[in-house]
Amino acid sequence: MLAAIISLTILSLVLGFALGYASRLFKVETNPVVEEIAALMPGSNCGQCGFPGCNPAAEAIANGQAAVTCCPPGGRMLAEDIASLLGVSVDFSNMEEKEPMFAAIDENNCIGCAKCIKHCPTDAIVGATKQIHVVIRDACTGCEACIDACPTECLQMHPFEVTLKTWRWHKPEPGQLAA
Amino acid sequence: MMKLFRFRGGVHPEGHKEATTHKSIQVMPMPKRLYVPVQQHIGAPAEPEVSVGDKVLKGQLLAHSQGAVSAPIHAPTSGTVVEIGEYPAPHPSGLAVRTVVIETDGEDKWIDNPVVPLDPSKLSPDEVAVRVGAAGVVGMGGATFPSAIKLKLGKRNKIETLLMNGGECEPYLTCDDRLMQERAADIVEGTRIILRAIQAERAHLVVEDNKPDAIAALQKACGPSADITVVVVPSRYPMGSEKHMIQAVTGKEVPAGGLGADVGVLVHNMGTAYAVCQAVKHGRPLISRVVTVGGGALSEPQNVEVPIGARLSDVVEFCGGLTEDAARVIMGGPMMGQVMPHLDVPVVKGTSGIIALTQAEVNNRETMPCIRCGSCVNACPCGLLPLQMAAQARAGNLDNVVDLGLLDCVACGCCSYVCPSHIPLVQYFNYAKGELTARQQAKHKNQENKRLIEQKNERLERARIEREEAAARRKAEAEAKKRAAALEKAQKEAEKQAEQSA
Repeated sequence: MLAAIISLTILSLVLGFALGYASRLFKVETNPVVEEIAALMPGSNCGQCGFPGCNPAAEAIANGQAAVTCCPPGGRMLAEDIASLLGVSVDFSNMEEKEPMFAAIDENNCIGCAKCIKHCPTDAIVGATKQIHVVIRDACTGCEACIDACPTECLQMHPFEVTLKTWRWHKPEPGQLAA
Repeated sequence: MMKLFRFRGGVHPEGHKEATTHKSIQVMPMPKRLYVPVQQHIGAPAEPEVSVGDKVLKGQLLAHSQGAVSAPIHAPTSGTVVEIGEYPAPHPSGLAVRTVVIETDGEDKWIDNPVVPLDPSKLSPDEVAVRVGAAGVVGMGGATFPSAIKLKLGKRNKIETLLMNGGECEPYLTCDDRLMQERAADIVEGTRIILRAIQAERAHLVVEDNKPDAIAALQKACGPSADITVVVVPSRYPMGSEKHMIQAVTGKEVPAGGLGADVGVLVHNMGTAYAVCQAVKHGRPLISRVVTVGGGALSEPQNVEVPIGARLSDVVEFCGGLTEDAARVIMGGPMMGQVMPHLDVPVVKGTSGIIALTQAEVNNRETMPCIRCGSCVNACPCGLLPLQMAAQARAGNLDNVVDLGLLDCVACGCCSYVCPSHIPLVQYFNYAKGELTARQQAKHKNQENKRLIEQKNERLERARIEREEAAARRKAEAEAKKRAAALEKAQKEAEKQAEQSA
């Protein structure tokens, strides 16, 4: 018994130090650009870009495997920021400008299963087991991570309503009538 | 005669003021219903104090101000609050704003004790600011910035000169002109009150030279006083712009992104002086204003004193209604005013005019390509390059537009006015400004999201550590129990042995 404990302890210590040393010795230098891009990304790891998270997406952008316009929640603003960081020009022609959306719970169908809460990256869903949940609109990033988690499909995406505070002048159309 | 200065650029649009400048201000009969929005000023909306079914008296507080920049709203007449709901705002979008609807009772009965009238010369600057704030006075020229804040601003920065803005350089508008002609004494009184509140040395009542009657009336009201003088400036649009008026009268240029107070000058509108006088001397809140109802599509153009909350349709009806060729209704002047979606929107504190234009006056033309003639550059009173800014805005290069001075643009419309290709330049700038705000908001939201994500990760990490600690504690407790049991057993055995040996 004692011999086993001692031998295993020694073994684990030796291997631990060896691994620690190896990780220092053979450390892979990450591209600093990747980190800079990752800092600009939304960070919610929603996966809408097709990559498993924001860091892999940043890596793909830095390696030129993904377009700077690949992040739908970041939109045009993020694409421009990344493009100016990388010093490349952006082609916005095939970028779909996605309207900002938020998730909302249809209270009539919510069964209080608390499954969606785990999936929200920003803790925007408030609720407990057998209690009706609610989404805090200001905290929702519109990443849609919760949508598939809901067994009753009561989570739906909605566009933000335009109010006097968010109304903006639209861009003049070419050839429009001017006063 | 005071030495005057020039500002660059500017235009000379046709005045169109003759239709209303010689007609005295008419008081409009009270409409059946008033729609009083709780947001009529820059800043936070006021919070309603009354509830549906309440009887209110004229001058009673309807909604109190909330936040640092805000203004209260008062009942324009006596009646019953029948609804507090969402109604179209006087805004080009026609979107809804929270509105208190009052069914008027026709008695127009004042609240018993609004605020006791006072001798303004005995008030301290702070008391003046408090009274002006409580009366809901905002900038009446159209900017609707709460006036009390500007009075306190004067206390922080050293203000040497107060300019009272009687430029009224927008075509068609004559509401300030008529106010100066008919109520000059109150304007001078109001000016004196503001002067005392900001503790400035002198005030100039600045009027464009196309208003001789107003100038005469003000000069008579001023008398031989040394601290308040009337200054006549040439008529040139945009003389009524705060920065340009400061430059024309004092020769000082307000720094980019700065305020008039940075060069020791404060500008208030003539209508604001009148409202300040009403508020401080007579204790009357801002519940009505003089509005120019004009334009070629109006049967009887005139200046009307309108209760706040009266709908444009009521006011237009009082002025004989629209003619058949009405094409567009504008709130404010035709250069900087806003197109109204329909006439079912209320008059608010910042409404200086209701201008109904005919098809011929609107002069719709198709936009042509820019020929780079540079007319807009010559016309721009802010020294900007409108053609370059518009081109960059069209291409979506917002950063370049900002570098070209977007934030110094006062949206006066001179560039659009002179453009031979009829390019809607100001709309490009408004679009760019809106987009800029949207981006700042998006950036802010992005940062907030990151913070929330970090907090969630921290929370999960904390929960994991807590779980592990709890497990370790349980394990330790179980072991301690086991050990205690073993010890007990050993002790018992020892006792047993001792007994046996004994």
